[in-house]
This record gives sequence, structure tokens and C-alpha cells, in this order.
Amino acid sequence: MWIIKRDLLLAARRQSDVLTTLFFFIIVVSLFPLSVGPEMNMLRTMAPGVVWVAALLASMLSLGRMFSNDYLDGTLEQMLLSPQSLSLLVLGKAFAHWLVTGVPLVLMAPVLGIQYDLPAEALLVLTAALLLGTPVLSLIGAIGAALTLGLRGGGVLVSLLVLPLYIPVLIFGAGAVEADMSGVGFDAHLSLIGAFLLVSAVFAPWAAASALRVSLE
Amino acid sequence: MAINWFKYSSPASFYSLAGKMIPLFVFVTVILTAAGLYVGFFVAPTDFQQGEAYRIIFIHVPAAWMSMFLYVVMAFWAGIGLAFNTRLSSMFASAIAPTGAMFTFIALWTGALWGKPMWGTWWVWDARLTSELILFFLYIGFMSLQAAIDDPRRADKAGAIIALVGVVNVPIIYFSVQWWNTLHQGASVSVNQAPAMASTMLTGMLIMVFASWMYSIAVILKRTRVIILERESHTAWVAELHKKGAI
Repeated sequence: MWIIKRDLLLAARRQSDVLTTLFFFIIVVSLFPLSVGPEMNMLRTMAPGVVWVAALLASMLSLGRMFSNDYLDGTLEQMLLSPQSLSLLVLGKAFAHWLVTGVPLVLMAPVLGIQYDLPAEALLVLTAALLLGTPVLSLIGAIGAALTLGLRGGGVLVSLLVLPLYIPVLIFGAGAVEADMSGVGFDAHLSLIGAFLLVSAVFAPWAAASALRVSLE
Repeated sequence: MAINWFKYSSPASFYSLAGKMIPLFVFVTVILTAAGLYVGFFVAPTDFQQGEAYRIIFIHVPAAWMSMFLYVVMAFWAGIGLAFNTRLSSMFASAIAPTGAMFTFIALWTGALWGKPMWGTWWVWDARLTSELILFFLYIGFMSLQAAIDDPRRADKAGAIIALVGVVNVPIIYFSVQWWNTLHQGASVSVNQAPAMASTMLTGMLIMVFASWMYSIAVILKRTRVIILERESHTAWVAELHKKGAI
């Protein structure tokens, strides 16, 4: 668990990275009303999708940093040699990544939802869906980040690898809010995202750890 | 007599075996394609609902099946290559990817051409269409990841991981018409019930499925041979072939 503390400390020393991601999220979400017009009804139906897409892009922005700094200064190699299980290390790093990028997005989402005139209950569902969904983004992203470690053009490549895998989370995350607003009930959607979270928490660190071994050999 | 099953797992012996097999598969492909297209366009009756436009299934369905099947095969061989460190299986996996991507593209494209007269629209954000599109992105991702890595062994292993991760999408595509009841029609052929179409239509379609299958094998073998040559260019047996003028 020291790895979480360490990554958090590193993030605290370089606050600009965290803030960049958050502001990217806010700006992308705020651009949509400017581009499609300020009509309230349309904004309300668009809101969940817009917030989710922006969250996907924002969490992808910072994926490159998950391993690359440690890779460049050789720390990652030392971690690989340490007796600690590599999957656990990856899990810790993904968790730290989520704390640094995911949690601020979740906290900011209700405020942005107000911009889109979402009703109070929908705001709650949106926040809950993001809370469950953003860790999945960090976990799946860890695989992509580990695979593209040290490659030229890795940043673009990671989006090609990771975005298709993000799609299920996007569909059900945005679907939860829409289901709530149309009165169908959001339980099923949230349960599915919870299932994604459990499955990816088990398998993604393992896949990312083997990807790290491939990248570093 | 003991047969050495592992003999052909060496690139050198597989190379010559593949060379002998390719003409055979090409021959079968040509015969089956000709037969399948003949049955499809001249023998099969006009559909009472969809008219002549339904005939695109003779291309659309085989392509869609092959796109999913080839992804599973690719992930399987990539996984074998990752687990047992066998070079040939990884080469095979990377040889499958372009053909799989091509069939995915054909399935999407013919689907759009079929959708226009039937549904009145080229594209719908329906579960099956979307998941097939994701499959296309997965193939592209696999290929571009391999292309971005210079060291072939590392490329193989990295590709294997992403191929195995992406395999979760295949059952989603397969069951999408049952899970989500949307515009795309349900499966017309299934194992445990009588097919919901005229038998000549089914025959034509199955012949076309086998034709695309044989075509894939021929093309993939050919591409594997090229990859073997590329990667083994430093070895003595390739130099020998070159001297003989066989390449």
C-alpha cells in the first residue's frame, strides 16, 4: 500500500498535472453548450453523454504518466525486481491514478450537471455512476499504458487501444442517468457497472502486470 | 510409426509445408466461390419480404461470421505464442489480423448497403452494429500496436495481451441480437432449430461461408510465409532459398 502513498505524494508535489486534467474535463464539458446552442431541453438530454465522454478523455490524458516517469528514472525496474507481487503494485498504481484523476472528476460532475440543468436526482445518479465507473477507466487504462510504455507515438496509440474497451462503461454510465430521467430506474445499469468494476479489478492488474514485463524485458 | 507433431512448428519446415498447401486452398476457394455465387444469384429464390436485395447475405453473413471467428483464432494463437513462447504461433496471429479486419470491414459495409433499402438508413447505433465496429477498432489497435514496436518478439507479446483482452467483445457481438432487441434482425441460422429460410438460400450461404474460410486459410498461410521470410532473413535456410532463386 506504500505505492499508493508514494504516488499520491508525487502527485501532490506536481499539482499542475492534476489540475490540468480537471480543467480539461471542465472545459470540454463547457464547450458543448456553446457549440450546439443553449436550449435547455436538448442540454438536459445530452448531459450524461457529454460528461461521460469528457471523463473518458480526461482520464486518458493522464494515463501516460501512470508508468512513464517511473520507467524513465528506473524505479519501475526496481519495482519489478522487488519481491512484491507486480499485479498488486499495478493495482495500487491504478488506485492512486483514480484518486488523483477520477475522484476530482466525480466531485466536479454535479456542478457541471447543474450547468446542464439536470434535476437533483439525476445529478445523484450521474455522480454514483461516475464513482463506480471511473475506477474501471483507470484499471483498463493501466493495461494500455503498460503496453505502450516507451513507444514512440504511445500517447495516440493508447487511445486507439483503450477507447474501444471503454465503450461498455460509457454506454451503461450514460444509460444510468437517461434511465433515471425517463423513469425506468437506474439499478440495472449501476449493477452492471459494478460488475465491470469487479471483473476489471481482478483481471486488469494481472494483464497490465504481464504487459509491463513485456515492455521492460 | 511415430509422427513428430512438432516438426511443423519450426518456421523453416512450416514454410515449405505452407507453400505446398496454398495452391490447394486457392483451388478450393475458387470452386466454392463460383458455386456459392451461382447458387446465391441464380438458383436461390427471391425473398418474399425483402425481394432481391436480400442476396447480399451471401457476402454479409459469411464476412460477419469470419470476422468474429478469426478474432478468436487470432487471440488463441497469440495466447499460445505468449504462453509457450512459440514464434510461429505469434507469426500466425499477426498474419490473421489483416484478413480479420478486412472481413469486419466487409461485414460493416455490406451491412450498410443492405440497411439502406431495408431499414431506410445506412447506419443505426444498434448493439450489433456498434459491437462489430468495436471489433474493427480492436483489429486496428492490434495491428498498430504491433507496427509501433520495433522488436518483433516484444510486438508479439504486447499484441497477444491486447488480443486476449479484446476477446471479451466477441460473445457480446454474438449474443447482441438476443440481448438487445433492436433493429438488426435475429440470427437466421442456429444449431438447435430449423433454419428460418429456404434450403437453397441456406446452401448458398453455407457454401459461401466455406469459401471465405478456405480463402482466409490460403491468404493467412501466404502472409505467414512472408512474415517468416522477413523475420528469418538472417538464417541459412533462407539464404539457401535465395541462392536457388526460389524467392
